[in-house]
Amino acid sequence: MEAFTTHTGRAVPLRRSNVDTDQIIPAVWLKQVSRTGFEKGLFSAWREDPAFVLNDPVHEGASILVSGPDFGTGSSREHAVWALQQYGFRVVIAARFGDIFRNNSTKMGLLPVVLPADVVEALQSAVEADPTLEITVDLGERQVRWGGEIAGFEIDDYTRWRLMEGLDDIGLTLRNADAVAVYENGRQPWLPTTV
Amino acid sequence: MGRTLAEKVWEQHVVRRADGEPDLLYIDLHLIHEVTSPQAFDGLRMAGRPVRRPELTIATEDHNVPTLLGPIKDPVSRTQVETLRKNCAEFGVRLHPMGDAGQGVVHIIGPQFGLTQPGMTIVCGDSHTSTHGAFGGIAFGIGTSEVEHVLATQTLPAYRPKTMAIEVSGELPAGVTAKDLILAIIAKIGTGGGQGYIVEYRGEAVRKLSMEGRMTVCNMSIEAGARAGMIAPDETTFDYLKGRPHAPAGADWDAAVEYWKSLTTDEDAVFDTVVEIDATTLTPFVTWGTNPGQGAPLGAAVPAPQDTDDPAAAERALEYMGLTAGTPLRDVAVDTVFVGSCTNGRLEDLRAVAEVLRGRQVVTRTLIVPGSMLVKLQAEQEGLHEVFKAAGAEWREAGCSMCLGMNPDTLAPGERSASTSNRNFEGRQGKGGRTHLVSPQVAAATAVTGKLTAPADLV
Repeated sequence: MEAFTTHTGRAVPLRRSNVDTDQIIPAVWLKQVSRTGFEKGLFSAWREDPAFVLNDPVHEGASILVSGPDFGTGSSREHAVWALQQYGFRVVIAARFGDIFRNNSTKMGLLPVVLPADVVEALQSAVEADPTLEITVDLGERQVRWGGEIAGFEIDDYTRWRLMEGLDDIGLTLRNADAVAVYENGRQPWLPTTV
Repeated sequence: MGRTLAEKVWEQHVVRRADGEPDLLYIDLHLIHEVTSPQAFDGLRMAGRPVRRPELTIATEDHNVPTLLGPIKDPVSRTQVETLRKNCAEFGVRLHPMGDAGQGVVHIIGPQFGLTQPGMTIVCGDSHTSTHGAFGGIAFGIGTSEVEHVLATQTLPAYRPKTMAIEVSGELPAGVTAKDLILAIIAKIGTGGGQGYIVEYRGEAVRKLSMEGRMTVCNMSIEAGARAGMIAPDETTFDYLKGRPHAPAGADWDAAVEYWKSLTTDEDAVFDTVVEIDATTLTPFVTWGTNPGQGAPLGAAVPAPQDTDDPAAAERALEYMGLTAGTPLRDVAVDTVFVGSCTNGRLEDLRAVAEVLRGRQVVTRTLIVPGSMLVKLQAEQEGLHEVFKAAGAEWREAGCSMCLGMNPDTLAPGERSASTSNRNFEGRQGKGGRTHLVSPQVAAATAVTGKLTAPADLV
C-alpha cells in the first residue's frame, strides 16, 4: 500500500447523494481478473453524459473527490476503490460513507475523509467558484485546508498510523500467528468444515 | 450489565485484543466466488503465502454463470470462472462449479449445506453475506484485500460495530412478507441508517418468520447501510439445521444446541440504538426510485420529490425511472418480472410464486431462477416448474441471473422490471434498466397483470 501523509490537489464536486458502488464502477467491469485498467470504468455510465462533472475540462487532473452523503454504498466491490485510484483520486470527502467502501479504501491507501454535510457543501461551492482551488488533506494533523479555511476530521489512531506508514495488514496479522494458533486449538469441536 | 447477541458472538471470536488496535477476529467460514477472489489469490501467490485453512473455505460459481444450459459464451466471464477453478485447485479449496449438484448462489448454498450455523463468524467478498446472520452469527461482506487477508490468516482486524435493535412488534398481516418488512424498514431508516451498526431483528413478527424469511430480512441489512444483520437462534433455526450435511450430529448436536440456546440478547443488555416497527400496519411494499430506501406501500402513489427526505435525489430518481409524481404505483406497467437472487431465490419463494401462477398466464417476460441446483431439484420434485411453464414463465438454471447485470440475463435500456432482488440502483440489472424491488408474491401477481400488483388484487 502506498503511504499517505499529506496531499495537496484540486477537487471535483460531485453533488449527488447515495453514490453507490454500482455507479462508481458498473458490474460489467468486474469481470477482469487483473488489478489494473479500472479507471476506464469509473462512473462509466454517468460519464456518457457530456454535462457530468467529471467531463468538465476545468477539473482535469483533480485528485480529490468531494461528494454528497452516503458515498460508496451497496456492493462490496473493491474495484470501486481501484477505479478511483487508477483514475487519479487520492482522497474522497463526504459526510457519510458506506462501511465496506470506507474499509476497502483504507486497505488500499485511498483516504476517505468524513466532514459535516455543511462543510462538504461549503467546500463544493468553493471549488465550483474556483476550480483551481488547492486543497490540502493532512492526515498527520487530521485536517483539510483550503483558501484560509480549516476543517478537522476524525480517524482512529491505528488506521491513521497504518496509512501513514503504508503498512500491509496481512504482514501485521502474521506477526500474531501464534495467537491465532492458540485460538484455533480452543474452537468448538462441532464447528463445520467444508470438506 | 448483560450483553447483546452481537457482543456475545464477537467476544467468542476475539483472537487478540490490544489497546488502540482493532480486535483480531477469527473467521469460522469463508465463502468465495469468481468475481472478488482472483486478485486476492494473485496476492497470495506474489507473497508466497498458502491458504491457512482451506477446509474453512468454500467456493462456488454464481455471478457470471448463464442460466440457460450451455457454456459461458462471454470470453471475459469464462476467463474469470476458469481462474477460480485454477485457484481453487492450486490452493486446495473445495469448489462447486457450474453443473455440480452443489452449485448455486453463494448465500444460498451455505445455509442449505448446514455450513451456516448459529454463533459463527462468516465472511465473503459480497455485501449480501449479511444473509447468514439469520442463524444468529455475525456475517458480513468484505472487499478483495480482506478476502486475501482471510485466506492468508483466517482472521480479520476489525472494530466492533455499534449495536442496533430493530423491534418488530405484532404479526405481519396476511399477504405481507419478509421482503415487505425489510423494504419498509429500509424506507424508514434510510440507506445510511445502519452505517456503523450490527442490527439485531427482534420481536414477534421476526420470531414467526421461517428461516427463509429471516434470510430475506438479514440479506438486505446492507441496503440500510448495516454491515451485518442477525436474528437470535431458536427452535425454528434448530429444526432447519438438523440433519443437514454439515450440521453437527449425535453428541455434537446436543452440545451445539445447548450453546446455541445461550445466543440471545440478555434482558438487561443495552443497544446503542433502538428502532421500533409495528408489523400490523404493514402492507405489500415496492420501490419507486434508484436506491432501496426509495420505497412505498404498493397502495400509494409515486411521491412528489419535495415530500421526500432528499428532494434532489428523488427528482433524479424519477427522471431515471421515467415516473411522474402522483401516479398510483398500481398503474406502473412493467416489461419483465425476475424471481430469484440471494434475497428471494429459495424454495419457499418459488412455492409462493407457484401459488399465484397456478392456473394463470403471465403477460410479461418472466424469469424464474432457482438460487441453487438443490433448490431447482426440490422445486421440480414438487412440480413447481410445471406450474411456471404452464403459466408461460421461463424456468432457468441456478445463478445470480438478473440481479446484477454480469451475465446474459439483463434488462435493455429503458426496460422496466419488477424484481425480487435487492438493488434498484441505476443500471443494476443492465444499463438503462429500471428496477422495482418487490416480494415474490407481488412479482408473480405483476407477471399476471403486467402492472405492479399484489396477489390480493387478482380476481
